[in-house]
Amino acid sequence: MDVMVELKRVTKRFSGTTAVNEVDLTIRAGEFITLLGPSGCGKTTLLRMISGFETPSEGTVLLEGKDVTYEPPYRRDVNQVFQSYALFPHMTVQENIAFGLKMKKVGRAEMDERVRSAIAMVSLAGMEARKPTQLSGGQRQRVALARAIVCRPKVLLLDEPLSALDAKLRHSMQVELKQLQKKLGITFVFVTHDQEEALTMSDRIAVINKGKIEQLGDADAIYHRPKTTFVANFIGQANILHASVVAREARQARVELEGGLTLTTSEELPEGAERVLVSIRPEKVWIEKERGEGDNWFEATIEDELFQGPTDQLRLKTDGGLTLSALVANESSRRTPVHAGDRVWCHLHHDDIVFVHED
Amino acid sequence: MTPGTGQLPEIQGAQRRPGLRGWLLFAPLMLWLFAFVIAPTAIMFVYSFCQRDELGQVVFEFSLSNYTRVFDKTYLKIFTNSIQYAAITTVICLLVGYPVAYFIGRASEQIRNKLLMLVMIPFWTSFLIRTYAWMSILKAEGPLNGMLLYMQLIAAPLDILYTPAAVVIGLVYSYLPFMILPIYGSVEKLDNALIEAAFDLGAGPVSAFSHVIVPLTRPGIFAGVLLVFIPAIGMFAITDLMGGGRVPMIGNVIQNQFGQARDWPFGAALGMTMLLLFAACFALSMRKSDAA
Repeated sequence: MDVMVELKRVTKRFSGTTAVNEVDLTIRAGEFITLLGPSGCGKTTLLRMISGFETPSEGTVLLEGKDVTYEPPYRRDVNQVFQSYALFPHMTVQENIAFGLKMKKVGRAEMDERVRSAIAMVSLAGMEARKPTQLSGGQRQRVALARAIVCRPKVLLLDEPLSALDAKLRHSMQVELKQLQKKLGITFVFVTHDQEEALTMSDRIAVINKGKIEQLGDADAIYHRPKTTFVANFIGQANILHASVVAREARQARVELEGGLTLTTSEELPEGAERVLVSIRPEKVWIEKERGEGDNWFEATIEDELFQGPTDQLRLKTDGGLTLSALVANESSRRTPVHAGDRVWCHLHHDDIVFVHED
Repeated sequence: MTPGTGQLPEIQGAQRRPGLRGWLLFAPLMLWLFAFVIAPTAIMFVYSFCQRDELGQVVFEFSLSNYTRVFDKTYLKIFTNSIQYAAITTVICLLVGYPVAYFIGRASEQIRNKLLMLVMIPFWTSFLIRTYAWMSILKAEGPLNGMLLYMQLIAAPLDILYTPAAVVIGLVYSYLPFMILPIYGSVEKLDNALIEAAFDLGAGPVSAFSHVIVPLTRPGIFAGVLLVFIPAIGMFAITDLMGGGRVPMIGNVIQNQFGQARDWPFGAALGMTMLLLFAACFALSMRKSDAA
């Protein structure tokens, strides 16, 4: 597996505040990696150190093993799709897309051919002579994309490129981007604060908080095996509960939650921990009228029911006083109809109780 | 509403005809323009075809003789000289003003206003006082020559005052803010992401400047050039003072016709010729910028 980009203990400070704090990150050739985090977490600064718009205060940036820490953007084989698209307003679509090739002094014939195929790739044929102001948001997005990929960069950096689009268009662009990336085989580094976008598109996700990478992994691991309360809360919803360890076995542990609820988990317990935090995804709380087979069953009352379209959010309260949130299919599509005020049996699978670190 | 077009109500405000209120709001400007631009120009237009008698009174005897005089060698020479000085002034203002405007426009908001203030401060004192200040700086015993002599860069004082160089220095000094301000306006609106995009796509600083920054600040450059070039051609006070009357420009000649020479019709003809020249320049440049 080839390494494309390597960040080594990269730190960036802006007059007093530390935007990126000793980050190590290895990006593989041809992967789609997403830097995910809330605004101000340092994800864009991280991206800008790869593109060359920011110089790290400390640390090294390697591109294909070559130190590019102090190389200006125009000497790096990477291209960026800007959040605002940054299309040149005085140039046509054709001229915008050809700009990078013109700067690289690519020959006329090759330039025309490459521009034409880039335009075809983003389905903008017929729009060549238009100015950016004559395009819709989605079309501008495509021009920005074509303008970057026509240069055949080693890495394509995308800074929240879909945030200005409406929800429908954003969805179709997500799919298109992913397909494009597979087809081109270019390494994509995608910055977003939208967790759904990250989960849909990425091979790997780096969750970033306060200038640090909190967790790096594929979408499945990030979602199902969050390591910290931040990751658990930022991606999807989570019940974060205090628990104390009551028994440890070879590959299992028993923990006691508030209100005396005891559950069995198959997760690796942190070494020597007594007091722990567990994360339970609300949709993993199984709700039945009757008690089923196995352990991890407990009784609760539905205190509240909130309609959310395809799902209903339930607030459950156990007899011991523990409050849990659960997601179930909405009422009319539910197999076992339950309502606010009902007493129900809840079940949790061993694997769905995940130990997390306090953030 | 006529059938077929009835679907579209009149919502395009931009194309609506102004109502009474609109005209009332517009009236002061129209009155001003009429009283101080159109009427005087019309009077000068009529005068330019008249003659003067021995006492300098305007005689309404129509002929083209004033205009034939305009194309006399002496005056043509002065015309071309004026255009030359104005052009040199404009080029220097652009070369000096653009970097300043760019720096101010890209500076952080807090210091931007302070820098703009620095550009404006000269306007707080009288134009004459500033020009006399320049005269005393440039004169043979002035501080500039004193400093150059002291540093032993020159052996004898330079004769700058009352030369074309002094005129150009004076013109550049007076008109520089008129170059800086419009360019600043364009630079300030320039989205930084566009410059970054140029760098990202492989443009070095020079290419980014010529392919992206200059085209996008062209309206400011254009306005600045017009605001410097046109008044610089007609300027007479600076040429009088700093040129010491030895560097005649068309502004001085015109002023002279209305003053000492008491030949208003010829002065009017010179003025009308200049007006036509400006109008032609303007029309040409508008056509060019439309095509671009």
